[in-house]
Amino acid sequence: MSPSIDPIIPAVKTLKLTRYYGSLAAVDQLDLTILPGQIFGLLGPNGAGKSTTIKMLTTLLAPSSGSAMVAGFDVAADPVNVRRRIGYVPQLLSADGALTARENMTLSGRLYGMPHREHKNRIPEALRFMGLGAHADQLVRTFSGGMIRRLEIAQALLHRPAVLFLDEPTIGLDPMARRAVWERLKDLRREGGVTVLMSTHDMEEADELCDALALLHEGRMAVSGKPADLKAAVGPEATLEDVFAHFCGGTLREGSDFGNVQQTRKTVQRRG
Amino acid sequence: MFSRRERRFSAVDKSTGPAVFLRQSFAIVDVELRKVGRDPTEIFSRAIQPILWLVIFGQVFERIHGIPTGPLSYTAFLAPGILAQSILFSAIFFGIAVIWERDLGIVHKLLVSPASRTALVFGKAVAAGVRGIGQAVLIYALVFIMRIELRFEVGALAGVLAAVMAGSAIFATFSLFVACVVKTRERFLGVGQLLTMPLFFASNAIYPLAIMPVWLRVVSRLNPLTYLVDVLRGLMIQGGQSVHGIGTDFGVLGLVFVVLLATTAKIYPSIIQ
Repeated sequence: MSPSIDPIIPAVKTLKLTRYYGSLAAVDQLDLTILPGQIFGLLGPNGAGKSTTIKMLTTLLAPSSGSAMVAGFDVAADPVNVRRRIGYVPQLLSADGALTARENMTLSGRLYGMPHREHKNRIPEALRFMGLGAHADQLVRTFSGGMIRRLEIAQALLHRPAVLFLDEPTIGLDPMARRAVWERLKDLRREGGVTVLMSTHDMEEADELCDALALLHEGRMAVSGKPADLKAAVGPEATLEDVFAHFCGGTLREGSDFGNVQQTRKTVQRRG
Repeated sequence: MFSRRERRFSAVDKSTGPAVFLRQSFAIVDVELRKVGRDPTEIFSRAIQPILWLVIFGQVFERIHGIPTGPLSYTAFLAPGILAQSILFSAIFFGIAVIWERDLGIVHKLLVSPASRTALVFGKAVAAGVRGIGQAVLIYALVFIMRIELRFEVGALAGVLAAVMAGSAIFATFSLFVACVVKTRERFLGVGQLLTMPLFFASNAIYPLAIMPVWLRVVSRLNPLTYLVDVLRGLMIQGGQSVHGIGTDFGVLGLVFVVLLATTAKIYPSIIQ
């Protein structure tokens, strides 16, 4: 691809990306291109390969075959340069409950090599942006699930990543908390500068937030495009559920996500 | 949230080198110690077992006069062994916290950061070392109350401090290694129980190398705990003597730590798979 023809370098590009667990292809020959500044959604039921894809793109899991470039670097050949340019919020509520919000953020700032003065200044700013300004010195185990999630997004944004990966960012959250997370992500898009790749099994979330979507089914990409275009291709009144049924022959709710929700809720309970 | 200029430049420092390595390790040490500071009950509860060993086992065996300890009383001979044992018994379960952190997704976030894997493991090891100092202080207080004569020269204390940190770091890193291999809490607890007693009994903690059968002496010479006990015996108690020499002891401990650190840093990312 010549730069004179297409000057935009994709934030994420994968080519036949594949990951096997034993003989099962969790992700099978996935080709993705995500343009900078987009909120891109991986939509699919449990077991579709969303989390495995995110784990490969965040260098946590080595691909079995195929390749992936994130922020211009190959995830297998140059993982450190990829890590410097990405932020990651795992599916589980993973902020450390035994630390305060500020301490969680400081840990990130230091691990990413941010100068002391810079992370000291930016931490209150990032917490304020996520609506947690008043809770900086509170132990995270006293936070609600929604607050923990917002803290994690603040943590993942602290070092100004080029690409932010969110694995099921609102799973297990109540509707109010879910909407609060959505609002922050929309603010982030308005400000620009960060590409977001999120996985979700929630059609409303995908519809509300994503500029573009890839529907995954059994490790393969069924279809991709803008939510409006995908719906229009199926019919005038079509929903994303119809799109999924049309291209994948099933429903998004199949392979219930109850287990995940329950696990996340347990985590919230453990944290008080 | 970001200014226009900020957006153009990532905030990540791309430099590498010893200073960056130490900064990343310090980040881990800092959070680990904050957690212990908020809940120090573990350090106190870990002191109960050494009290039983020194006060009951030590005093009974002192009356028997069954173990040749040279000019030292048996309790004085035993005290460094019990300090080493207390370090081993608490550090060997360090890995379970890492399995817990893996289950919560905390390890995933550490591994997605550009921090060196060796720095992450080294930070954990140093934090375990500092926790070991807390235990050493408690055991020194107990030994002092029992009127066993301690050495308080600066050099001897500094040596004990270094040995306690090295021993804690070694067994905590070993524990982390085991956690990365076995991956689940249940299996880890089984393996942890299985390892502690052989490591303890195949060492010079409660009896001298000289009275061991030859095969046990060979095994105990391969056991890092033996060298930890030996250096503590040489530096902690008035009249105590190191069999291998302090230099050899520190050399072996240093080498074991470096090998464990390198191996564990290599397999640490596999704990999430």
